[in-house]
Amino acid sequence: MNPPVVAFEPFTEEHQAFRRVVREFAEKELAPHARAWDEAGEFPRALFPRFGELGLLGIRHDPAWGGSGLDYWYVVAYAEELVRSRSGGLGTGMLVQGEMATPIIGELGTDEQKREFLAPALRGERIAALAISEPDAGSDVAAIRTRARRVGAELVVSGAKTWISNGTRADFLTLAVRTGEDGYGGISLVTFPTDVAGFQVSRRIEKVGNLCSDTAQLFFDECRIPARFLLGEENAGFGYIMTGFQGERLVAAVTAVAGAQLLIEDAIQYGQERKAFGRPIGTFQAWRHRFADHMSRLEAARWLTYRACDLFARGQVALREISMAKLVACDLAQEIAYDAMQFHGGMGYVLESDVARAWRDLRLLPIAGGTSEIMRELVSRSAGM
Amino acid sequence: MPLKILVTAKRVEDPESKIKVKPDGTGIVTDGVNYKMNPFDEIAVEEALRLKEKHGGEVVVASIGADKSMTEIRAALAMGADRGILVKHDGPLDPFVVSAILDKLFEKEKPDLVLLGKQSIDDDQNQVGQYLAERRGLGQATFASKTESLESEAEQKKQPGVVLAADGKSLRVVREVDGGLVTVDVSLPAIVTCDLRLNKPRFASLPGIMKAKKKPVEEIVAASLGVDLAPKVAVKKLSEPPKRQGGLKVADVPELYAKLKGEAKVL
Ligand SMILES: Cc1cc2nc3c(=O)[nH]c(=O)nc-3n(C[C@H](O)[C@H](O)[C@H](O)COP(=O)(O)OP(=O)(O)OC[C@H]3O[C@@H](n4cnc5c(N)ncnc54)[C@H](O)[C@@H]3O)c2cc1C
Ligand SMILES: Cc1cc2nc3c(=O)[nH]c(=O)nc-3n(C[C@H](O)[C@H](O)[C@H](O)COP(=O)(O)OP(=O)(O)OC[C@H]3O[C@@H](n4cnc5c(N)ncnc54)[C@H](O)[C@@H]3O)c2cc1C
Repeated sequence: MNPPVVAFEPFTEEHQAFRRVVREFAEKELAPHARAWDEAGEFPRALFPRFGELGLLGIRHDPAWGGSGLDYWYVVAYAEELVRSRSGGLGTGMLVQGEMATPIIGELGTDEQKREFLAPALRGERIAALAISEPDAGSDVAAIRTRARRVGAELVVSGAKTWISNGTRADFLTLAVRTGEDGYGGISLVTFPTDVAGFQVSRRIEKVGNLCSDTAQLFFDECRIPARFLLGEENAGFGYIMTGFQGERLVAAVTAVAGAQLLIEDAIQYGQERKAFGRPIGTFQAWRHRFADHMSRLEAARWLTYRACDLFARGQVALREISMAKLVACDLAQEIAYDAMQFHGGMGYVLESDVARAWRDLRLLPIAGGTSEIMRELVSRSAGM
Repeated sequence: MPLKILVTAKRVEDPESKIKVKPDGTGIVTDGVNYKMNPFDEIAVEEALRLKEKHGGEVVVASIGADKSMTEIRAALAMGADRGILVKHDGPLDPFVVSAILDKLFEKEKPDLVLLGKQSIDDDQNQVGQYLAERRGLGQATFASKTESLESEAEQKKQPGVVLAADGKSLRVVREVDGGLVTVDVSLPAIVTCDLRLNKPRFASLPGIMKAKKKPVEEIVAASLGVDLAPKVAVKKLSEPPKRQGGLKVADVPELYAKLKGEAKVL
């Protein structure tokens, strides 16, 4: 009997052609500015339409609304190469725009919502943000309190959101609100234009890393939006959010693997150039073996992540695999970032170095989009524990 | 007046790759080397697209080499070229042979303009455009450049640096030469080779990459063209440039000046 075919090469010639273009774009047009954008605390708004024009915001979105309708492996190639911009902040901004705040509109939105919000977001003309977390509800999404009351044909929104990426500049939000009872059964999603009266960016949060990504606290004081801006069914929002988290967590795992990979590549090069005690530091066995461990474990994390991507790309349930991939990849990236920095000696501690920026930026990955602890919860529960 | 433009896209080693010479000097170590379109050809493709966007017409991209050169043709199609021609040839080539093949393609396509990179970054020969012009008896404008900078407004708007005359019969080309720029008019059909500062090539968009899959590419076996494929120049040996020697520290400016003048003889 013939063995089953397991030669698993997800990337076709077209995926690779796309990958090469994104890499060159990231290295030539983005990376040279990574440091300046961090210092300025933001990247130029013009990058949204620039990404839109290159088709990077609508990779797996419906062509009817300006997307390319491609499979998830194009998103994987994109996220992997976006890391070469050497700006985690920019990566966050763009991935929120194309992969986190908008897929749910494509899935559930009415034609009006797709015309008003989705299409201009994919062109990069309107900036999108995903607003779920609140001051008193982060990991525990079911505890959100921002409320939307129905008054006639309108929804009246009051409350506060925090940690919202793209938040200070967003033209609209994919917003989680409480429309019903306490707990997960009373949550809805709405598309929320930020030019309505009563909406306010209360403050910009200064962070340890992702310095050029704007992260905001938002305040809603009796904001009126049309009730037809509900996304999908009323009070079904918790399920939509959990579904949306799958893509967000997967892209975090992909980013972690690619980010750690780039740090190792950089370290190998640095190890050939930098000398101590008369020899290149990369020739010390202590370091060669350390990096051998990192490369081996990273390869394991990569294939766990690809397995999760494969299930997700084929529309299979992948909660367990995606949670495992996010947990393993994002935590491993911390160890590799620590050693990559250590390997650079004093230079690793210098604010402007690539390795220091990566160390700052990668630190977010085990926190945002569901912490590592929450991933452990999901994995253990999926095993019936 | 719409222009039919033939443009070249050679597959070369990616300049970002680490290039090592084989110990026996017969070639380079190809393991781990990435390939891409010759950067000067990218500039030629970009210029062709700008001319087409302004005047209409067609951009036909040609590559000569092994089957893998299809990747570079697709890259040019993804940028916006209309169709491709892959001339398949596995053996060694030299500028003389390449120009003979392009001569045949010219005969077949009858373009108004051929745009080429001024040289390819692998062998740095800088001869193909000149040979081709000579073979066809056409005017040539080499090292096309432009007066304004790569950050200028015209550049942002992707205006062509090569300017078509109002009567559509000639091109005005600013050439980069030692110590300055020379402006020439060349009558069409013409051969133009592109220099580094002519334009900043665009990145292909994702929709562009997907469209490129469906654009026609004609495959021609070089041997069927009836040209002599035997190179006139053979590479005898490759060797690495000498390793850079360590620098030296000087105490003060007068010492630096003395060394630059006396030893380095650059002043
Ligand atoms: C830079 C940045 C950008 C962000 N962008 C967005 C965005 O665009 N949109 C958005 O909605 N949110 C965003 N977030 C919010 C992010 O998703 C939350 O920070 C994250 O979900 C954790 O919530 P929290 O900060 O409230 O931490 P908490 O929930 O308060 O958790 C604190 C600690 O308790 C642990 N913990 C919680 N529950 C358990 C448990 N059951 N068992 C064991 N340990 C537990 C956590 O793991 C964590 O270590 C962003 C956050 C940051 C820092
Ligand atoms: C914020 C800051 C303040 C400082 N203050 C001072 C100061 O006040 N005065 C002062 O004189 N210096 C100071 N230093 C310098 C500091 O002591 C050096 O950075 C440190 O000794 C490491 O040297 P290096 O940076 O040149 O790294 P390198 O020597 O280049 O080391 C690079 C990497 O190679 C590893 N390595 C080197 N040799 C070996 C080996 N044999 N085996 C295995 N691994 C090896 C190192 O552990 C490191 O991981 C400071 C540095 C910083 C970052």
